[in-house]
Amino acid sequence: MPVYNLKINGTSYNIKAEQDTPLLWVLRDYLDMVGTKYGCGIGQCGACTVHVDGSATRSCLLQVSMVEDMEITTIEGLSKNTLHPVQEAWKEIDVPQCGYCQTGQIMSATAFLSQNKNPNKTEIRDAMSGNICRCASYNRIEKAVELAASKLS
Amino acid sequence: MKNSISTSFSRRSFLKTSVLAGGGMLIGFNLFQACKPEVVPPVDVSQLNFNDFNAFIKIADNGMVTIFSPNPEIGQGVKTSMPMLIAEELDVSWDNVHVVQGELDTKNFVRQVAGGSQSIRQGWEPLRQTGATARQMLINAAAAKWGVGASECSTKEGVITNAKGDTLGYGEVVKEAAVLEIPENIVLKDPKDFKIIGKDIPNIDIDKIITGKPLYGMDYKEEGMVVASVLRPPSFGEKLVDCNAIDIKGIEGVIDVIKFGDKVAVLAKDTWTAMKAKKALKATWTSDTKLESTEEHDKILKNLLDGKEFTTLRADGDVKKAFAEADQVIERIYESPFLPHNCMEPMNFFADVTKNKVRLVGPVQTPEGTARRVAELLERDIKDVSVEMTRMGGGFGRRLYGDFALEAAEISKIAQKPVKVVYSREDDMSAGIYRPAIKYKISASVKDGNVTGYHLKEASINSNMYGLIPNFFPAGAIENYQVDVAKYTSNITTGAWRAPYTNFLSFAEQSFFDELAELLEVDRIQLRLDLLQKVKGTTDERIQYSPERLEEVIKVAVDKSGWGKTKEGVYQGFSVYYCHNTHVAEVADVVLENDIPVVKKITCVVDCGIVVNPLGAKNQIEGGIIDGVGHAMYGDFSFKEGEPQDKNFNTYRLIRLNETPVVETHFIDSNLAPTGLGEPTLPPAGAAVANAIKAAKGIRLYKQPFIKNMNYKAPLG
Repeated sequence: MPVYNLKINGTSYNIKAEQDTPLLWVLRDYLDMVGTKYGCGIGQCGACTVHVDGSATRSCLLQVSMVEDMEITTIEGLSKNTLHPVQEAWKEIDVPQCGYCQTGQIMSATAFLSQNKNPNKTEIRDAMSGNICRCASYNRIEKAVELAASKLS
Repeated sequence: MKNSISTSFSRRSFLKTSVLAGGGMLIGFNLFQACKPEVVPPVDVSQLNFNDFNAFIKIADNGMVTIFSPNPEIGQGVKTSMPMLIAEELDVSWDNVHVVQGELDTKNFVRQVAGGSQSIRQGWEPLRQTGATARQMLINAAAAKWGVGASECSTKEGVITNAKGDTLGYGEVVKEAAVLEIPENIVLKDPKDFKIIGKDIPNIDIDKIITGKPLYGMDYKEEGMVVASVLRPPSFGEKLVDCNAIDIKGIEGVIDVIKFGDKVAVLAKDTWTAMKAKKALKATWTSDTKLESTEEHDKILKNLLDGKEFTTLRADGDVKKAFAEADQVIERIYESPFLPHNCMEPMNFFADVTKNKVRLVGPVQTPEGTARRVAELLERDIKDVSVEMTRMGGGFGRRLYGDFALEAAEISKIAQKPVKVVYSREDDMSAGIYRPAIKYKISASVKDGNVTGYHLKEASINSNMYGLIPNFFPAGAIENYQVDVAKYTSNITTGAWRAPYTNFLSFAEQSFFDELAELLEVDRIQLRLDLLQKVKGTTDERIQYSPERLEEVIKVAVDKSGWGKTKEGVYQGFSVYYCHNTHVAEVADVVLENDIPVVKKITCVVDCGIVVNPLGAKNQIEGGIIDGVGHAMYGDFSFKEGEPQDKNFNTYRLIRLNETPVVETHFIDSNLAPTGLGEPTLPPAGAAVANAIKAAKGIRLYKQPFIKNMNYKAPLG
């Protein structure tokens, strides 16, 4: 089985895996980073969102062989020791219900806000529409992204 | 209806106390029932036995309070709100309260089920009583220490004060309090004195959720565990003939391939290997029963509605006579598809079946029933079976059924290994226990401008509405009233789906009343208010709803939504409903964008009694409404030859943020006991939207999902 060198949250890992293994399952099953969630496996729900070189990416569609030498950030590495302003906003607004999709939502929101510092409502709603929340905590997700934008600016 | 707030709680020994070896006091109690007299709580917290008590409170000698919360958390917030009730009466600062999900065993627990929006309603009295009793014991201990009367002492945030102004922290008297006699007939707080109840308390698990800590069944892992991906019959009604197990066993990382029943489990060292190997599995199937399709179901259900094979659930007056004497009879048919639950966390469960015990871990709404079924399946003593509940990534009814836990137990028994069964999204959507497809026929008779008769007929797959529903509105409001049900038994599995039956019935009835008002040329709000007048003062004890409370939510909704006063281009739809003990009115604001109706806002007025945690309550309300709007607009699920036609989110549409209305919530001020919120705001949403679409486009909708049926014309009667 081939070995891949992955850079995740600033740490280098040598992973022995089949080349088609999705990054999602490398994170969850090989590295015990379970904050990245499995929801659909086909890039439709956003629960597995991570940052690859700063962009929000669905880790269920990324094969381990495709991400060598890229900077991968997961929810575990989003912020060291303290909460990221987006997480703080999520906490202030008390967004989650079941909570399962929320790490993916937060990863989408952080990548979006790093590229759009001053988004309007429509931009927020469109940017966050790749992430499904089955509990439909959408009103609060929208508010939390707005709050996070103001915290970051 | 139970409206009392200070019923005394005099059942002897409903709780027991002990002194903890490590310091502090442990209070064990059973929710909703008295303990057996011989039972005592342990002195070591690690030895908590949930057979004897299903919940515990630990008060440490530093005054910190730990509540071992008994109810499973599926996202409805009870892990936060139920401990709030204890902490309120115990009179401690919420900052000093720590909540732990209790591990559950299989004996003696009465309500460890998350479903039916009942957790808060049923926990309201006993949880507060428990907190109040513990507080009184702490006061009694302090009073004895000081040599003063207990009545001279008061408490504030975990500190006891006597008349002289001396103070003792709870932690300083726990040792003495734990051995005191348990007082009875404790008077509970007046709601006006509540300090925690009614305050916004954030989700207990918020930090773990937003930082991605392991919480869910999917995240559960232990040494030696293997992952099972299960191949199930692709169509309902099919049975396994054979499969190429031997080819799959050779794949690197695959540990075993096990046939059980009509399923094949692929066991592997990790999830991806298991899922991938399962996909490579080639099986042959046979069927000795019919493979059913949605087209047939449509015909069958329509035939049932037109037929005579009904069971009557309620009949007032004489519907037949009213219809015969009517000036006009209006009849409409409403149709809904099957729906999958689609919890974001797909079904999964861990089982470790050994000679000594059966250990189950995972997300399930019914630990007791699941343990019993596993014991039966494995022919084991129920005492050998333990269920540990993880946080659940959504429930919506799906996790009431422990089918996934049974699979895990069966596989673990055969493999003789600890096994976690993991469903792929495709497995989850195609091995569902679906909301059944249902059709309603509603007929009403009108004489001299009055509604004289109302006849509701239900045709459903596998099961019919539960017995209380025929006593919801408009029961009691129309002299001649009848509810009939009929069903067709299918091999497609069906079950509870958030707000069972009412999730669609409310759409049918509230659309019907809207249309009725149009036909009678009367105000649509006034029609509902007039009907409610007739229920006031009813002596019919079967009637579930309060006409006064429904009237109140209607009036406040009219006011808060700006009903009839919206600006040009905004079209409103109204809906009001009672279910799950809660009274709700909703107004939908719809605009047309490129001639397509877009739901912009839902104004919601809720009477759920006292609001325990407004922050959490509003989250439930918003979620329920958007869920209701989403499924009414987009939810569609069909079968062809027994096979589900959608298997993942590429074709199955769930509502997304850019399609979401803003929900504006208003609560009715109330001193009445709280009712649940996980379900009751969902049912009225569909009708509010449909009625608004009628206002916007002139199209009356009779069939869900709306997006597919915008031009659907129901047969006019």
